Amino acid sequence: MTPLLRIIDLHKSFGELVVLDGISLDVERGQKVSIIGPSGSGKTTLLRCINYLEKPTSGHIHIDGTLIGEKEVGGRFVHLSDRELAKERAGIGFVFQRFNLFPHLTALGNVTIAPQKVLGLSHDQAEARAREMLQKVGLGHKIDQYPERLSGGQQQRVAIARVLAMQPKLMLFDEATSALDPELIGEVLRVMRQLAEEGSTMVIVTHEIQFAGEVSDWVIFMDHGKIVEQGPPAQVLFDPQQPRTREFLKHIQDR
Amino acid sequence: MTFWQFLHAKGWYLLSTLIGGWPQTAIVALGSLVFALIFGLAVALLRLSPWRVLSWLAVAYIEFFRGTPALVQLFVIYFGMPDIGLSPTPLEAAIVGLGLNGAAYLAEIYRAGIESIHRGQLEAALSLGMTPLKAMQHIVLPQALRTMLPPITSFAIVLLKDTAIVFSVGVVEIMALARNLVTETLHSAAVYLIAGTIYLCMTIPMARLAARLERQRQAWH
Repeated sequence: MTPLLRIIDLHKSFGELVVLDGISLDVERGQKVSIIGPSGSGKTTLLRCINYLEKPTSGHIHIDGTLIGEKEVGGRFVHLSDRELAKERAGIGFVFQRFNLFPHLTALGNVTIAPQKVLGLSHDQAEARAREMLQKVGLGHKIDQYPERLSGGQQQRVAIARVLAMQPKLMLFDEATSALDPELIGEVLRVMRQLAEEGSTMVIVTHEIQFAGEVSDWVIFMDHGKIVEQGPPAQVLFDPQQPRTREFLKHIQDR
Repeated sequence: MTFWQFLHAKGWYLLSTLIGGWPQTAIVALGSLVFALIFGLAVALLRLSPWRVLSWLAVAYIEFFRGTPALVQLFVIYFGMPDIGLSPTPLEAAIVGLGLNGAAYLAEIYRAGIESIHRGQLEAALSLGMTPLKAMQHIVLPQALRTMLPPITSFAIVLLKDTAIVFSVGVVEIMALARNLVTETLHSAAVYLIAGTIYLCMTIPMARLAARLERQRQAWH
């Protein structure tokens, strides 16, 4: 069986600056992969390339065997149209560091809008699904609140519910707790842990080393746009083989 | 007859005659506003388009219509169109002329409004599977509208006042009637002051609305 996510020799440069320098990676269905590494190592760019918020400079991404962002026509790769790309993105959930909730919509509105406008669900169907998802992230009592009235942790949980309502095959978390006050991190990690236990396929960029150790079954350490070391958390986090991994982990624990 | 004697004797006559031009003024103002609102959005979207040629065309359009007098544009449309086989009525020429002109100004208001919305909003919408147009429609524009409403209202006030030039292509609105009255009575000051007052009665409520929208802009609900 093909892996759910297959990344083949991905490169990304912004002008002269090389951000991703040949990343290849397979993620199986149900697998939880954490990506750690110093800032500027390319973790976030890698995640953003997976749903084509950034266009890779070269290399290919497959989800469920389907090329992302491009298609092969007569032996050449061409970019997808807006409509085709949107269809592919609908199956990939993305949780942003800064939540990016829609401030003009209530929590419920934030969660119903994509199922209605993208999947074509009726108002009632979308609302039923949204209520269920908000319940699931522990915000059943906040559905009528606008984002500005919610705490950071609550906003991020709404953002997760918004992604869940699209029933994505794959969920990407881009430093989902980095913008939160320390006392609010736990509630978001709890929701993510619950999703992991339910068998979602997740790729998690995070600075929460302990969380990565508990939740993921594969950890990747990136530096300077390359995968320096990867393996089960027991190895990468607790018995790293590469000096740069050791240095990074020591640095983080010293904080 | 002095100014005051004339005003006292003929005031009501002047006022009621001039108000007779109000419907035409209102039709030109409303018609060109609707035209400019729709066409201006199209120009703004082209301006923001990733395709260089399209955005360059939009810039050229905006520069042309903002950089030449509205009166000249109006003359080109009314007196020039027959050369290519189209003969607009005065009313049509006025609405299209002021509409095309207004679209250039509105396009810039729209663009500023759209660009004021954080890029993360567009990215969130795209990541949920919306096409760029859907994201614009459901996420970006509804938010940008709050920023844009006050300048759009100010624009509508300017547009309403600008309708005073359309008598020059033969629309019988307030200004046209005022000129007729001046020829008839030879009392320019009184006639034009009353005409100005009629415009003021329309623009003051609009300005107050703009001020109110400005105050409300901060709050979301």
